[in-house]
Amino acid sequence: MPDRPTGGVPIELRKVTKAFPGGGEPAVQELDLDIPAGEIVVLLGPSGCGKTTTMRMINRLIEPTSGDILIGGQNSRDIDPDRLRRHIGYVIQQAGLFPHMTVAANIAQVPKLLGWDRRRIAERVDELLTLVGLEPETYRDTYPRRLSGGQQQRVGVARALAADPPVLLMDEPFGALDPISRERIQDELLRLQDELAKTIVFVTHDVDEALKIGDHIAIMQRPGHVVQYARPAEILTNPASEYVEQFLGGGSSMRLLRLTKVGDIELDEVPYATEDTDTGDLLADIERDGRGYALVLDGMRRPLSWVGPGDLQGRTGPVGVAGDPVTASIGHRMTLQDALETLLNADTDVVPVLGRRQAYTGALSLGTVQSAIAAIKARERERRLRRGEAVR
Amino acid sequence: MNLWEYVGERWDLIVFETVQHASMVAQCVLIAAVLGVLIGVATYRRPRPSALATAVAGVLFTIPSLAMLGLLIPPLGLGVAPSVTAIVLYALLPIIRNTVVGLRGVDPLLVDAARGLGMSRGRSLTRVELPLAWPVILTGIRVATQLAMGIGAVAAYVSGPGLGEQIFSGLARLGGANAVNATLTGTLGVAILALLFDGFFVLLGRFTTPGGRLGGARA
Ligand SMILES: Nc1ncnc2c1ncn2[C@@H]1O[C@H](COP(=O)(O)OP(=O)(O)O)[C@@H](O)[C@H]1O
Ligand SMILES: [Mg+2]
Repeated sequence: MPDRPTGGVPIELRKVTKAFPGGGEPAVQELDLDIPAGEIVVLLGPSGCGKTTTMRMINRLIEPTSGDILIGGQNSRDIDPDRLRRHIGYVIQQAGLFPHMTVAANIAQVPKLLGWDRRRIAERVDELLTLVGLEPETYRDTYPRRLSGGQQQRVGVARALAADPPVLLMDEPFGALDPISRERIQDELLRLQDELAKTIVFVTHDVDEALKIGDHIAIMQRPGHVVQYARPAEILTNPASEYVEQFLGGGSSMRLLRLTKVGDIELDEVPYATEDTDTGDLLADIERDGRGYALVLDGMRRPLSWVGPGDLQGRTGPVGVAGDPVTASIGHRMTLQDALETLLNADTDVVPVLGRRQAYTGALSLGTVQSAIAAIKARERERRLRRGEAVR
Repeated sequence: MNLWEYVGERWDLIVFETVQHASMVAQCVLIAAVLGVLIGVATYRRPRPSALATAVAGVLFTIPSLAMLGLLIPPLGLGVAPSVTAIVLYALLPIIRNTVVGLRGVDPLLVDAARGLGMSRGRSLTRVELPLAWPVILTGIRVATQLAMGIGAVAAYVSGPGLGEQIFSGLARLGGANAVNATLTGTLGVAILALLFDGFFVLLGRFTTPGGRLGGARA
């Protein structure tokens, strides 16, 4: 970026209602929603519950029947719709790229509307292509139909980001992609968002996508209202109603595995020493612990090797290089699901967990993960009971 | 006298009539294209006006060209005026119809994308919708041109310019000297012109359709 990218601004929906002419009950009813700056907020719900209508009112592609929408504190009614839209990125299903324009021309549309000069536009196009992982030389002058679905959607995202808008609206942007491309482009969106910190309103009916992408999730119910607005973990462990629980469907525990980070659970402790620890002291530690092994760390507390009493027998002085090198490790930002996979593939039953700068922070075994899951389930049960009582 | 001798003898006149014919057709189609596309653009979003425009153009279309030319004599007299008017009126129908069909055929998703990016109605029309509808509109103009070729020949009935003069004078003296030669010359001239114009449209289509998006024809 030539300058720092523009960060997000908050969006506030105040009692927003949309009744389509002759449409019976309103598509969106007195909806209140505070969308914090720089967050991804997912509108989640079954088809027809009013997600798209809600989103399109933000850039005034649909005019609200009543209520107010404030973008960065400014009432959207007071801004000319075309101007408003040039400052709100818009990404739709199947990308909606213009087939008669090259990739570069597609991306250049909003900067052209804003009257940028050609050189600045050309530079920006290349920068954006690089940002979304497409080699500018290769893709700049091709036409959209030569691209795969995933590549088209990347260009769609680049086009939306072209004028560096603070807000991005995305309506089921990855809905038409195959599962593998979808996973990959979701990961990239998250990586981008780490860098850009835009305010993103993301519409989907896919629960897993919502849980993965959303900082907050607004679960919507027909006709057009929000039944729960919370962080993903909160929605999973504490669904606000029967409807939410049903919509989330089964597999809630698996989802928790995907959502819980290793750093969030209680880890194992194993005896450890550094290379200059006295061998006798370490042997004593191992004996006291009773499990029969210990971890040797380097000066930066990075794991080097596993040692047992057999490796140390008959030695004196500093531990030095001894035992079997550590081959598997788990990062503290990994999900429990990924950690489980590492554990199942590891040579040892216990795997060290690494925190910042690869430093040892604890250890994980299948048993530890199991008790963590048990604890999560117990909490869930307890909450459900509490809610049951509250209802009664 | 055979056909070649006939043509050789009157070469200058025939070239003159051919150029006149081509020029008349080109100008009439140009006028019809501008009018037809404008009418199409003005009405395609609303079903009733566009149905009305197509219906009116359709009714005009069903009037036999000789009758139409005859009807235009009282208000417009003889010569260029009634010829041009008749040709333009006939050429309108395919152009209006194809403009409406082409614009309606543009994927609504793309129009939505254009509006969502902040393009005004007009800009969405000129940058997205018309370019995407262009192959269909161009087909309309192409059909209109072929129509204009034929009606241009009939225009000689009201003393219009062009190759129709050869055909009509030949038919008038059927059995007489060079009657068949004259008719043949006019007919062949119109046919050759039609082919040339059509070739031009094929090239025009190729050069004005970037990305080869014509129904994935190149995919
Ligand atoms: N242009 C429209 N005219 C009339 N009704 C509409 C229009 N757009 C959406 N609706 C209705 O509004 C409701 C919500 O639609 P929508 O916001 O598209 O739902 P979702 O995006 O959650 O599937 C639906 O019942 C739909 O039929
Ligand atoms: Mg929708």
